[in-house]
Amino acid sequence: MRTSTPARAGQYTALLAYLVFLAFPFLWLLSTAFKPPRELGSLHPTWIPEDPTLANFRQAFDEQPLLQAALNSLLAALAAAVIAVLIATPMAYVVARRRTRLAKAVTGWVVVSQAFPFVLLIIPLFLVLKNLRLINSVPGLVLVYVVWALPFALWMLAGYVRAVPPELEEAAAVDGAGRLRTLVSVTAPLLAPGIVATALFAFITAWNEFFFALVLLKTPEKQTLPVVLTHFIGAEGVADLGPLAAAAFLATLPSLVVFAIIQRRITGGMLTGAVKS
Amino acid sequence: MTTATEASPPSPPSPPRRRAGRGTGGRRPRQAADHGAWFLVLPALIPILVLSVGPLLYGILLAFTDAQSGRTAPTQWIGALNFRDLLHDTLFWESFRIGLVWAVGVTVPQFLLALGLALLLNQDLRLRWLARALAIIPWAMPEVVVGIMWRLVYNPDAGILNETLRDIGLGGGRDWLSGLATALPAVILVGVWAGMPQTTVALLAGLQNTPRELHEAAAVDGAGPWRRFRTVTWPALKPIALAITALNLIWNFNSFALVYVLTSGGPGGRTRLPMLFAYEEAFRYGQFGYAAAMGCVMVAVISIALAVFLAGRLKGGDDA
Repeated sequence: MRTSTPARAGQYTALLAYLVFLAFPFLWLLSTAFKPPRELGSLHPTWIPEDPTLANFRQAFDEQPLLQAALNSLLAALAAAVIAVLIATPMAYVVARRRTRLAKAVTGWVVVSQAFPFVLLIIPLFLVLKNLRLINSVPGLVLVYVVWALPFALWMLAGYVRAVPPELEEAAAVDGAGRLRTLVSVTAPLLAPGIVATALFAFITAWNEFFFALVLLKTPEKQTLPVVLTHFIGAEGVADLGPLAAAAFLATLPSLVVFAIIQRRITGGMLTGAVKS
Repeated sequence: MTTATEASPPSPPSPPRRRAGRGTGGRRPRQAADHGAWFLVLPALIPILVLSVGPLLYGILLAFTDAQSGRTAPTQWIGALNFRDLLHDTLFWESFRIGLVWAVGVTVPQFLLALGLALLLNQDLRLRWLARALAIIPWAMPEVVVGIMWRLVYNPDAGILNETLRDIGLGGGRDWLSGLATALPAVILVGVWAGMPQTTVALLAGLQNTPRELHEAAAVDGAGPWRRFRTVTWPALKPIALAITALNLIWNFNSFALVYVLTSGGPGGRTRLPMLFAYEEAFRYGQFGYAAAMGCVMVAVISIALAVFLAGRLKGGDDA
């Protein structure tokens, strides 16, 4: 509109400062990942590697079972996302469409579950899973991730359901479609993008999760990527910086890609859930 | 209504539909549907009850026992003994205090920075897309990676922070994460960085819900930027701002992974958040009962804080 030139200059300066603040740690991670040991040991570190190398990546794979860890992460996150969304979608539908006591209870539980310190949940879960012999197993972790993903999955999905006008379903009913038919041929197609976005979000949160995985998975061949990454940091906090950076960078790539795709839908879904509850 | 006709292609749109949609809400063919509702709810309800509500109650019970890992003697009911011990556990209360400092120390600057960025991104600026793209990075990164990345930044010898400080003449390097005085501020900075995008996006969405005409009307009336912010922007933003701040405080108070990777609670417990303390108690020393009691205290405090906050918010809502 009518913003003055000095004000504009101020805005751009501020924006630039934000950009630097957001970007510099990530750029440093990249820079470190591609530096040969000689440059990492230098007393005057530089931004651009003089002699970029992929050796850190190879060494990272040699030192820790990264491939196995990535596979474990992928399995756990995929299973958790699919199961969580499959069981959350019908419930979200009921919660969004009806003002029953159940719907209120579920909404209350979603809010409360956000306030939870997970120690209080993980100790009993640990004991239960131990009795079921599901400690140190990816299926055990999936169980925990499903329940952990349910609150926000319900929240997002209920928001998407509310965005589908009930008139559509009623129209289908008037046209003689049965309830199930209405759900399958009218509601489900309209919900599909929201369901996919929710599943991807559940996938990323599980892919990134650390606490439950740290507690439940004991042996390196069962552990997920975030837990294995911490093994690069030695007991005394001394780390082999290059491989550490390389592995950390690789672990982020899938999340970054998926997140870039769904970012808009997530915020949309969460906010419709939040505003209309 | 155009979307309505597009979405149900098999039958052509006809006027009766619209009437059916509006007026006859009570007449829907849903007598039997209430059984259907249970059928739809059960697949999620059972895991919630079995794996969330159940363990929760079990966890509260455990707080009143002497449960330990790897012990052969049976677990005994010991009443409130854990809580009495906890009351005198100065280390726990110290971690509680650190948790509060951390939660407020992260949430407040993060909110202010995010508000600034959201306001900027709501303007017609050229590098907006870049800021949005970059804001994804901290959000999408695993917390463990964020921790690792900042360890690289803070590294006393090979890190960029000390090198930059040397370059601009601010003296020699420091080991930020292991200095008694610097460790907590150093991890707080990482917390601010890591959570800023979410807060920014939430606030930005709030800003975009504010009607533009209001701004223009205020501008025509001669209101300056600050006045426009106070009278138009802030009132519209307030509900989202309060909600996100409450959530951030709680999430931060309960956080674990970031600080676990950065300092493991060190040096000398200076960054030992309550969750780290409870984790060590439970899974390093095997004191399940005692750690569960800590969890109970944390829940109680959070619940009270949340109740007070919500009460205040409702009151504020009446005024508005």
